Amino acid sequence: MNTNESVETSFGAFSGRSSNVTLKNITKVFASLDTKKEITVVNNINLEIAEGEMVTLLGPSGCGKTTTLRMIAGFEDPSSGEILIGGIPMTTVPPNKRGISLVFQSYALFPHLDIWENVAYGLRVQKLPKAEIAQRTQKAIELMQLQGMEHRFPAQVSGGQQQRIALARAIVIEPRVLLFDEPLSNLDAKLRERMRDELRSLQKRLGITSLYVTHDQAEAMAISDRVVIMNEGVIMQMGTPREIYERPANRFVANFIGKANFIPCDIAGYENDQAVVSIHGKQLRLPDPGSSRPAVGSEASLCVRPEGIKLSREETILGGKVTRATYYGSHVEYELEADGLPIVTEQNEAKESELFHVGETAWLTLEPELIRLLA
Amino acid sequence: METRNTQITDVNPVVHARGSQQRKTAAIKLLRQPFLILAIIVIFALLALFIVFPLVKVGTLSLTDDSGAFSLDGIREIFSNRSYWQTFWNSIKLGLIVACISTLLGYLFAYAITRVKMPGGKFFQTMATLPIISPPFVLSLSMIFLFGRQGLITKGLLHIDDFDVYGLPSLILVQSISFFPVAYLTLTGILESIDSSVEDAALNLGASRWHIFRTVTLPLSVPGIASSFLLVFIQSLEDFSNPAVISGRYTTLAVEAYRLITGMYDTRGGSILAIMLIMPTLVAFILQKYWLNGKSFVTVTGKPTQQRKKTSDPHIVWPLFTLCLLVSLFIILLYGTVLMGAFVKTWGINFQPTLDHFKYVFSLGWDPLRNSIVLSAIATPITGILGMIIAYLVIRKKFPGRQVMEFTSMLTSAIPGTVLGIGYILAFNQKPFLFTGTAFILIMAFTFRNMPVGIESGTSTLMQIDKSIEEASTSLGAGSGPTFRRITLPLLKQAFFSGLVYSFVRSMTAVSSIIFLISPRWNVATTRIFSLFEISKYSDAAAYIVIMIVVILAAISLLNYIVLQGSGKRQQKKRNRV
Repeated sequence: MNTNESVETSFGAFSGRSSNVTLKNITKVFASLDTKKEITVVNNINLEIAEGEMVTLLGPSGCGKTTTLRMIAGFEDPSSGEILIGGIPMTTVPPNKRGISLVFQSYALFPHLDIWENVAYGLRVQKLPKAEIAQRTQKAIELMQLQGMEHRFPAQVSGGQQQRIALARAIVIEPRVLLFDEPLSNLDAKLRERMRDELRSLQKRLGITSLYVTHDQAEAMAISDRVVIMNEGVIMQMGTPREIYERPANRFVANFIGKANFIPCDIAGYENDQAVVSIHGKQLRLPDPGSSRPAVGSEASLCVRPEGIKLSREETILGGKVTRATYYGSHVEYELEADGLPIVTEQNEAKESELFHVGETAWLTLEPELIRLLA
Repeated sequence: METRNTQITDVNPVVHARGSQQRKTAAIKLLRQPFLILAIIVIFALLALFIVFPLVKVGTLSLTDDSGAFSLDGIREIFSNRSYWQTFWNSIKLGLIVACISTLLGYLFAYAITRVKMPGGKFFQTMATLPIISPPFVLSLSMIFLFGRQGLITKGLLHIDDFDVYGLPSLILVQSISFFPVAYLTLTGILESIDSSVEDAALNLGASRWHIFRTVTLPLSVPGIASSFLLVFIQSLEDFSNPAVISGRYTTLAVEAYRLITGMYDTRGGSILAIMLIMPTLVAFILQKYWLNGKSFVTVTGKPTQQRKKTSDPHIVWPLFTLCLLVSLFIILLYGTVLMGAFVKTWGINFQPTLDHFKYVFSLGWDPLRNSIVLSAIATPITGILGMIIAYLVIRKKFPGRQVMEFTSMLTSAIPGTVLGIGYILAFNQKPFLFTGTAFILIMAFTFRNMPVGIESGTSTLMQIDKSIEEASTSLGAGSGPTFRRITLPLLKQAFFSGLVYSFVRSMTAVSSIIFLISPRWNVATTRIFSLFEISKYSDAAAYIVIMIVVILAAISLLNYIVLQGSGKRQQKKRNRV
C-alpha cells in the first residue's frame, strides 16, 4: 500500500485538483470474437472537458460512448492516444488512483453492505479518521435525502433510492471527475425526469467536472452544458444543446436529435453569409444556412425542423398529400408525402376549421430563417 | 456495417502497432499493483512445486533405469506382462459400468426431484448427497457385514456358507452408490437451469409429458449426462478404498500401484501403473472440461425465471417415487448396518450390544483420529482461501499465463490420489524439499488435491457477480487487494463455505493420496481403518467410521456457523461502532 501511496503523491495534480479532462487522438480497437478481424470502436477522438463542465456523450448503442467513458475511468486502455486529467497523462495511472467516480448503469451497489457502509466505502478505503468518515458520510446521505435508511441494504430500497445511494457514494469522496454511465436508464419515465433535474442542479452546485453517457436525446439536451454526438466511433458534432438542435452538422445529427425533414435542392450561389438555392426551379434565399457550404451547382439538402414548416391551403412551391394526422393537444403533427418525400410538421393552430384531413392536399411554406443547408 | 468493415482493413497495419502499445500499458499497470504480482508469482510457484513437479517425477522415473539414464525397459516390462494389461482393462471396464449405473441413478433422482411433485423430496435429496460426506470403506464394510462369510443376509438369512462377496459385482454396487451423488449434483444443476418456459412451450404446443421428455428435456440435458458420466468414470478409476478391501481377485490400477510400491518396493513399476492410470482420467477430464463446456445449451441469465410447475400426474409420480424409495432404503440399510456393526461384540457370531469398539477408538485409536482432525483443520482454510484467490485471478484479472494457472490448478481433479501420492514421495524425499514423514506434506497433499472444487464454485459465483460491483470499488479508490478483501470475498461467502466443507470432508476421508505419505508419527484415521480391515477387525472399523461421521457433521455445522453467521455478526458490530 505504501508504495502505491507514494505513487499517488508523486502526481502533484492531486493537490491542485485541477480537473479538466483532455482526450487526444483516442482510438480503441477490439479483436472481434468470431473472426480474426479487429473492430475500431472509438476512432481518433479529440475532446476537452473544462473544469466544472457537464458534457454528454450521446449516440446510438455501439457508437463507442461507453467505451470512451471506461477509458477515462481506466477500465479500458486506449489502443492509441492519450487521456489527461488536470494536464497529467493517465496512461499508466491505475483506475483507483485517478480521482474519478463512476456512477454505473446498474448502480453496482455492494449487496452485502448497508446504505451507510456503501456510502462510506470510498472514505474507508482512504483510511480517513473515523470522525471524518462519519461526518462526510452523514453529509452525503443528507444531501441525497437518504436519512432514515442508513441501515437498510440495497435490496431493501426502491430503484430511485438506489440511484441516490450510487450518487452519494460517488460524490462523497469528492472526485475530480464524475462519470455517469446511463445512470437513469433503469428508472421509470417520471422518476427519470425528476432525477435528471436533481442531478443537473447537484452537479452545478458542486461544480464537479462531469461526463455523462446516454442514448436518450431528451436527457442529453436537458442535462448538459455541451453535447457530443457520436456515431460508429467518430464524433459527429459537439456543441451546446441549442447549437446541436438548430445547427446540425450533418444528416445523422439532424435525424438523431429531434425530427428533421430533408428537401433536395440545387445550390445557386452564395451572397455574404446567405445562400441562394433552387427548388423545382424556384429560388429561395436562406439568411442563415449554417456552417456547411456545398459547392455552387451541386445538389444539397435543406434541413428543416417540423416547426419550421407551415401548412396552408394556398398554393406554394411545394405541396403534398396528408398521410397521417396525429392530435397531441398542444399541437397537431402531420405526415405528408410531397413529390415522393416524407415530410413531418407540427402545427400549433389546432382550431377545428384549420385542420387538414388525411388525403387532403396541403401546401408547405418554409421559414427561411430556420432552414439549414446540408451537403 | 459494410463501410465499417472496409475501414478496418484499411487501418489493419496500424492496429498491430497499437496492440503492442496496449500490451505495454497493461504491463505497466500490472507493475503498479505489487500485491497482485506477488500473489500471481507465489501461486505459480506453489502450483509448480506441488502439482507439476511431483507429476514430472513420476513421469521421469517411469522412463529411466536404475542408473537414471533414459530407458524404456520399465515400460516394456510392464507392457509385456499380461496381468498388468488385465488390470488396466479391469479398471476401464469397472469405470464404464459404474459411470453408466451412477449416471442413470443420478438422472433418476435429479429428474424426480426437479420435475415431479412427490412426497419426501427433501428426504430423497439427503439420500442422494449423503454418500458424498461419508468416510471411505463404509459401503464396502456394510457389504461385508451383509453378504460376507459372516453376513447377516448370506449366512444369517439364507444360510449360505460359501458366498463370495469379494469381486466385481460388489465393487460395482459399492462404487455406483458411492458416486451417483456426483452424477445427481451435476444433473440437478443442468435440469434446474433449463428454462422452464421451454418445456412449458412444448406443453402448450400439445406435447405429452413423455414426448417433452424425449424431445426437449433429454436432448437439453445430454451435455450434463456426458459430463456426469466422465466425472464418475474418473472417480471410479481413482477409487482406492473400495477396491482395496472388496475387489478380491479383480485387480485395479490404483490398488496394484499401491501393492507394487509398498509390498514389492517396486517404485518404478508403481509409477508406470500410475501413468497408465492417469491417461484415461486425463482424457476424461479434458473431454469434460474443454469439449463439453462449449456444448452446453444452458445459458445462465441471472434473471429469476418463474417457478417451475412440477407434474403431479400419478403415472409419472408413483413409478419414480418407488424407484427413488427403493434406492434410498438400500442406502439406509447399508449405513444402518455399519452403525449396528459398531455396537455389537463380534458381527455374525455374537450380536451382544457393547461399547468396546468405541472404547478402543478413544484409547488406542485416538491418535490417528486426532491427527486427521488437526491436519484437516489446518488444510481446510488454506485450501479455501487459495481456491478463492485463484478463482478471482483467473476470472477477473488479465495476466500472462492465466490459462496455464487455471488448467494446472484444476488438474488435480483428474489426477488419481494414488498418482499424486507417488509423486509426492518421489518429489519430496531429498533436500531442499525434504518433507517425507512430516505433517506438512500431508497438509499440502490435502490442499492441492481438494482445491479444484473450491475454485470451481468460486469461478461460477464470480461469473454471476456483475463485474461493475468490483469496478465501483476500484473507482472509489480501492486497489486489487482491498477490493478482493472488502467486496469480492464477502460476495463469495457461499462458494467459500462449500469449498471449505468439501475440503474438510475430503481431507478427513482421503485414503489414496496419503497412504504413501503417512508416517508412524503422522498416522491418520482412514489408514488406521484400512489396517483394521486387513486384520478383519470390522467392528472396530465400524466404530471409527461412526465417529468420523459425527466429526464431519459437527465440523460442517461449525463451519456454517463461523462463515455464515459469524461474519454477519462482525458486520453488525462494525455498524454499531459507527
